[in-house]
Amino acid sequence: MKRIMFAVTCAAALTLSSSALAQERIRLIGSGASFPAPLYLAWFKDLGKKNPNLTVDYQSKGSGAGVQDFLNRTVDFAASDSAMSKEDMAKVPEGVQLLPMTAGEIVLAYNLPGNPKGVRLPREVYSNIFLGKITRWNDARITAANPAVSLPDLPITVVVRADSSGTTAVFSKHLAAINDAFRKTLGEGNTVNWPASDKFIKSPKNDGVTATVRQTPGAIGYIEYAFAKLAKVEYALLQNKAGQYVAAGSGGETLAGFKLPQDMIAWLPDPDGAKAYPITSYTWMIFRKNNADPKKAQAMREMVEYGLTQGQKMADAMGYIPLPTTVVDQVRTAAASIK
Amino acid sequence: MNKPFAVLPLNDSVCQPPTATQLVVDRGFRGLCYFGVFLILLLVVALVVEIGGKAVPGMQKYGTGFIAGTVWDPNQLQYGILPAIWGTLYSSLLALLIGGFFGVMMAIFLTQDFLPPRLAALFRTIIELLAAIPSVVYGLWGIFVVIPAIRPLADWLHQTLGWLPFFKSSLSGPGLLPAALVLAIMILPTIAAVSQDALRAVPLKTKQAAYGMGATHWEAILKVMLPTAATGIFGALVLGLGRALGETMALAMLVGNSNQISLSLFSPANTLAALLALNFPEAGPAEVEVLMYASLVLMLITLVVNLVGSSIMMMSQRGAK
Repeated sequence: MKRIMFAVTCAAALTLSSSALAQERIRLIGSGASFPAPLYLAWFKDLGKKNPNLTVDYQSKGSGAGVQDFLNRTVDFAASDSAMSKEDMAKVPEGVQLLPMTAGEIVLAYNLPGNPKGVRLPREVYSNIFLGKITRWNDARITAANPAVSLPDLPITVVVRADSSGTTAVFSKHLAAINDAFRKTLGEGNTVNWPASDKFIKSPKNDGVTATVRQTPGAIGYIEYAFAKLAKVEYALLQNKAGQYVAAGSGGETLAGFKLPQDMIAWLPDPDGAKAYPITSYTWMIFRKNNADPKKAQAMREMVEYGLTQGQKMADAMGYIPLPTTVVDQVRTAAASIK
Repeated sequence: MNKPFAVLPLNDSVCQPPTATQLVVDRGFRGLCYFGVFLILLLVVALVVEIGGKAVPGMQKYGTGFIAGTVWDPNQLQYGILPAIWGTLYSSLLALLIGGFFGVMMAIFLTQDFLPPRLAALFRTIIELLAAIPSVVYGLWGIFVVIPAIRPLADWLHQTLGWLPFFKSSLSGPGLLPAALVLAIMILPTIAAVSQDALRAVPLKTKQAAYGMGATHWEAILKVMLPTAATGIFGALVLGLGRALGETMALAMLVGNSNQISLSLFSPANTLAALLALNFPEAGPAEVEVLMYASLVLMLITLVVNLVGSSIMMMSQRGAK
């Protein structure tokens, strides 16, 4: 916390001194979600090159922590995978503007002897694995969906997040939507009280889950697609609402033609469409509507505009889903309310 | 007649009363020491008051059910830390058993003339280097090296001796045993270094006397050196246990963070320090209360361990004299 305060004072001092030099140098500070962090950092680096007078610093420390910082006024903007609760929004007198900046998918990474590719998991199977009800890889319900793959007689080790995270929020929201038992017993949220079993292991952060899955034969765990792509782990084809098995990375289809409500918060707990990937979610940046410094507000709008144009092109390559044009237009209109 | 520094009538004495500067320096230094001690005490009190104060709302809400509860579910507002307390004690004691044995053996090996002095100094430095490795590196090393290395043995133990409660569950990956092994290596430098100091502090005459009475090398070590240095070695073990109780990052990565109370070495478990580290960053005000309560419990456990340790040490000292 002290470090952030220090950073803020430094930033304030910097902006003051540079404006005294008649050169408009603006520095924005943000913190929050770790899932879009690789993408945001790439954006801000590129943005800094294109516009040397604008520096954006982003700390990836988790959605909840970002919202906390935003409420404590230590940052100019926050980023969150789980949007922002109504109660939290009410604590900001200047008004809050949420803007979806990109979307991501969650994959089920697995580690099986012989590295079989593309294991298919039906809806009731993967939800029951995370309920602790399907416990072996050669369970009849898994083998029936995978006639071509020889599945070993191994216990399924389920790896979940140990820390509170937006990824868990999105994943549990999806499981709760497709499985009644999951909704009733475990519910949804940034942390979930996973079944007490010695085959449920909790690891910190996306990297921790990835590392544990890679080191544990018979493991399955949920991680962000971008991380799975980086770490080169195998991930399952999941059955969507239409009954099709879909691999992550085809997200454009999932979001096509989608319209956001007025507050820009929309969840896709179980998207329709034959090619839609089932576990998809937007991730948001959070701004104050009335900023004391009009130059900062201007810089924020510039940053958002960059993200909506150049930024979307990077998103696809890095494993995120570019926003469909309908959403881009909506976000651009909404961004005008940052003043 | 209260003049302790009054000049004695004998003028040719080499003894001189302290000069004014010496007096000032002496008093000043003593004051500074008192001030330092006072600051340390103040710091401890401030820490306890701060944490305790923030824990009070949590204590009022959850009471002793918090310590006996086994479920940690922020969504249902259910908080219990019994599995974490169990895991903290179990992993630390296991680490102490392993780390303590090897640490004391190393101390004996390095101080009791088994090696030429230069080689011993080299080994000492290497062991002390272990203390400089960051916790997170130990964690990664545990995931990528220790777990795959112990997996065959663990599987064999589970299959052949699975009826023993210690080997009841199969090793999935992160769990109590890998955590305790890495923890043992982490507390090894502390134990080895302090035990070496204790063994080296035994007067040379004691050792010579043992040899003089015809004791063999091992008799001298086991029957004379070790008992004489026992107090110091015991202190080393208490220090090591203290470090093991508070160790965080490596454990958060290796212990599995699962709320299980099991004797099985291969089962995932949870520890208080890992619980705190993983939940603090994103905790809301309601959760901070219970986390503060949990840290108070951890402080209490550490305090009790230290008190028990030092009282055993005092008793053994009395017995030795």
